[in-house]
Amino acid sequence: MAELSIDDLSSQYFDVLKEIGNIGAGNATTALSTMLGGKVDMKVPKVRLMEFKDVGTTMGGEEQIVAGIYLVVNGDINGSIMFVQRKESAKAMIGKLMGMPSEDPENFSEMELSALKEIGNIITGAYLNSLATLTNLTIYPSIPDVCIDMAGAILSVPAIEFGAVADKLLLIETDFTDDEDMSGYFILVPDAESYEKILHALGVM
Amino acid sequence: MAETFKVGIADMNVCRPPDTITTIGLGSCVGIAIRDKQNKVGGLVHVMLPDSHEVVSNSNKAKFADTGIPELVRQLEAMGGIRSRMVAKIAGGAKMFAFQSKAELASVGERNVEATKKALAALRIPIIAEDTGANYGRTVTFFPETGDYEIKAVGKPVKVI
Repeated sequence: MAELSIDDLSSQYFDVLKEIGNIGAGNATTALSTMLGGKVDMKVPKVRLMEFKDVGTTMGGEEQIVAGIYLVVNGDINGSIMFVQRKESAKAMIGKLMGMPSEDPENFSEMELSALKEIGNIITGAYLNSLATLTNLTIYPSIPDVCIDMAGAILSVPAIEFGAVADKLLLIETDFTDDEDMSGYFILVPDAESYEKILHALGVM
Repeated sequence: MAETFKVGIADMNVCRPPDTITTIGLGSCVGIAIRDKQNKVGGLVHVMLPDSHEVVSNSNKAKFADTGIPELVRQLEAMGGIRSRMVAKIAGGAKMFAFQSKAELASVGERNVEATKKALAALRIPIIAEDTGANYGRTVTFFPETGDYEIKAVGKPVKVI
């Protein structure tokens, strides 16, 4: 049983996780601009350790409709990663990828959901790649699954996984900008043992 | 003037009519509404996990079905509620994504619903209505005056159980 809890993370560990967040988001931006065939800018990501009950409000309220792309990771690290976007940002990104704006701003067609999964695959893949390279650990992501629903309901999924080990959650907010707002949030959820492995691999423990 | 109390994730609240209690975006969590039919005190707890014994950090009682439900009943009793007159309605326990990371047989949502039923049975509080499972989030509002439990979901008509 792992002794380390995310609640006990010292500022040094937190800085390391923050740095991984930065690099990961940077790589994700590069991947995104390649995919979309244009320049995509990124603001410095905000990394926050927050109480799970406050996460919903961060994304514009718990009833805000969001798109969540969720992948399970295995290998040296076990856990999951989620990329969450407001519905409007997800629509903007899909529109970019498909080269035309969405016909229905409210609902997502099968084609759009499939495009969203692919976006999630590429973005989270880039993020996990940087984590794997930095730590020299092997990480295998699963195929993504997508769900569009209230922020509160979507975010309860990683919150529950975190909730089993701690009361706080690591949230990385990334603003991908173009002419439209395409911001999104990464939530990385390694299990307690994987946290130790990551920190060991980075030489901070 | 009736007030609406908000309950967050892993949180609970109790009230008297005409006040109401709401919790937003139940995913695989379960929202348990309990009410004394006679003096009409009512409460709502939003539990995240089934069992407080499975984890180390278990100080927040409202986080778990096995500790949150007895605590809610205790708070209702402190307001004059009598356990033998209490009834429960439950909602939530969805499976938001097709897979969950842990290769357990049942999803967290299903396990939460199961633990909820077990905790209520142990306290001999009957479940008179439920809206659980499926794959979508629910926002619920509990009206202790009538016992109505209103359920809203994205793209679906409002349902009262």
